[in-house]
Amino acid sequence: MTASRIEAVNLRKSFGPIVAVDDVSFSVRTGEVLGFLGPNGAGKTTTMRMLTGYLRPAEGNISICGINMLTDPVKAKSRIGYLPEGAPLYPELTPATLLSFTGAARGLGGKDLQVRMDETAQQVHLKEVWHQPIETLSKGYKRRLGLAQAILHDPEVLILDEPTDGLDPNQKAEVRQLVRQMARSKAIIISTHILEEVHSVCTRAVILAGGRIVADGTPGELESMASDHNAVTILVPSKGASEFAGRLEKLPSVRAVKMAPEGEDRRVIQVFPSGGSLILTQVTDLIREGSIGVLELKLEPGRLEEVFRNLTLPPEHIDYGGRT
Amino acid sequence: MNISAVYRREMRSYFSTPLAYVFIVIFLMIAGIFTFYLGGFLPRAQADLEPFFTWHPWLYLFLAPALGMRLWAEERKTGTFELLMTLPVSITDAVLGKFLAAWSMMGMSLALTFPIWITVNVLGNPDNGVILAGYLGSLLMSGAYLAVSACVSSTTRNQVIAFIVSVVLCFTFLLLGFPLILDLFRPWLPGAAVNFMASLGFLQHFESIVRGVVDLRDVLYFITFIGLWLYAGAWAVDHHRS
Repeated sequence: MTASRIEAVNLRKSFGPIVAVDDVSFSVRTGEVLGFLGPNGAGKTTTMRMLTGYLRPAEGNISICGINMLTDPVKAKSRIGYLPEGAPLYPELTPATLLSFTGAARGLGGKDLQVRMDETAQQVHLKEVWHQPIETLSKGYKRRLGLAQAILHDPEVLILDEPTDGLDPNQKAEVRQLVRQMARSKAIIISTHILEEVHSVCTRAVILAGGRIVADGTPGELESMASDHNAVTILVPSKGASEFAGRLEKLPSVRAVKMAPEGEDRRVIQVFPSGGSLILTQVTDLIREGSIGVLELKLEPGRLEEVFRNLTLPPEHIDYGGRT
Repeated sequence: MNISAVYRREMRSYFSTPLAYVFIVIFLMIAGIFTFYLGGFLPRAQADLEPFFTWHPWLYLFLAPALGMRLWAEERKTGTFELLMTLPVSITDAVLGKFLAAWSMMGMSLALTFPIWITVNVLGNPDNGVILAGYLGSLLMSGAYLAVSACVSSTTRNQVIAFIVSVVLCFTFLLLGFPLILDLFRPWLPGAAVNFMASLGFLQHFESIVRGVVDLRDVLYFITFIGLWLYAGAWAVDHHRS
């Protein structure tokens, strides 16, 4: 029932001596929104270009809704809606003529096409520039038009390369809302640099680095890989802070304690558990002993940003623990 | 069906920019200058369109590469190539749709030279069958020039390079028919080889059609020539994708 709509098996691609994608496999089912994370040059765009049939993988296999992209590309492409990186569009056309072109190329015509064009224009708010040449449109409108041509034919599979790039915060939120809505009936992949987007849109994320998948899991699972996952942050007055920190250090499952000044007369103490274990009760017990007045207490879920950095930076840059 | 989507998109792009209008106006101007000044259409006082058609190989030498250079190079430059190649359109459909659109532009420009046909009919009593053959030969030859230009365009993202290389290639196929060039080869190539060379060029085939002799072999030459260059273009498009 929930067979995977996108299936990538051992994809490999190199450009000259540079290996862009190295043995990447994953699958996406209907209802899933897979986030592609990774620094620039990690292979996100190359992978998406292979999935959509633009680039041919050197090795590996791609199947879209059970159709082999390498042997039956036209049929496989008809199931996909794709927003390429930078949303390239014919500058001399207008949104209306561009959509009627991509619609016709996808086999829509007559009344069906008109209805879909109207619906899509409303979904992404394009009506006000409907007959303006694309080259005169703002970046936001261009991006939305790129999105419109991707969803025009109501595809089962949606692949969006940085769909919110260049949009203002309101537009970003709208696009995320749209993606969440469509997620129910589609298998979606989006690539992004914005880690908060992973939380608000994705059901799963993979982190790519150097052409390989270095992590694959739900946003929560990825966060639990952070060194500050389940760490406790406490704000205390400067007076007695060092002594308090010393006592925290002696707790059994505490790995490290860091202290930093916060303003004139306050200190932030971070308590890192060993192996991600829950130390909150031990810490609160210690606080209850009453040696110090606590102003603020916070349990860290783990910062995706840190996981991202640790997995994608070369080892010498990695900053274990503490704030980034 | 997908050929027609690509075709209509191309035509829309021609006519939503000044390109179509500029092209047609320049085409008609140059065709007119060639016919009346270089061809001596009026002083010649003969009721045929030979001075008009004779210059077409030279007219197309620059105008066809100008029209064809953008076909693929522009898409690759603006990135729409990726959009096109991820639509469910086969490469064959894309190549044919684009070529046919450019060829239609040529056809339209050529058709708009009809006043000269009216003129010659008013001034004299020409053989309209020969004139029709002339138009057919000219259209076929323009297709050959365009097929070369389209193929070259698919190998680069730089339109200037596409233009220059296309002109040089078309010029080569044009020169192959000139006695002056053929004479250069005659001393050291067997006669059959020289004749074969001449038969590869545009001129021999074009001239025989313009004389009113529509030989199927000449028509087939142009159709095969167009087909081969389009095939090479499709190969280049596919190759450049990966």
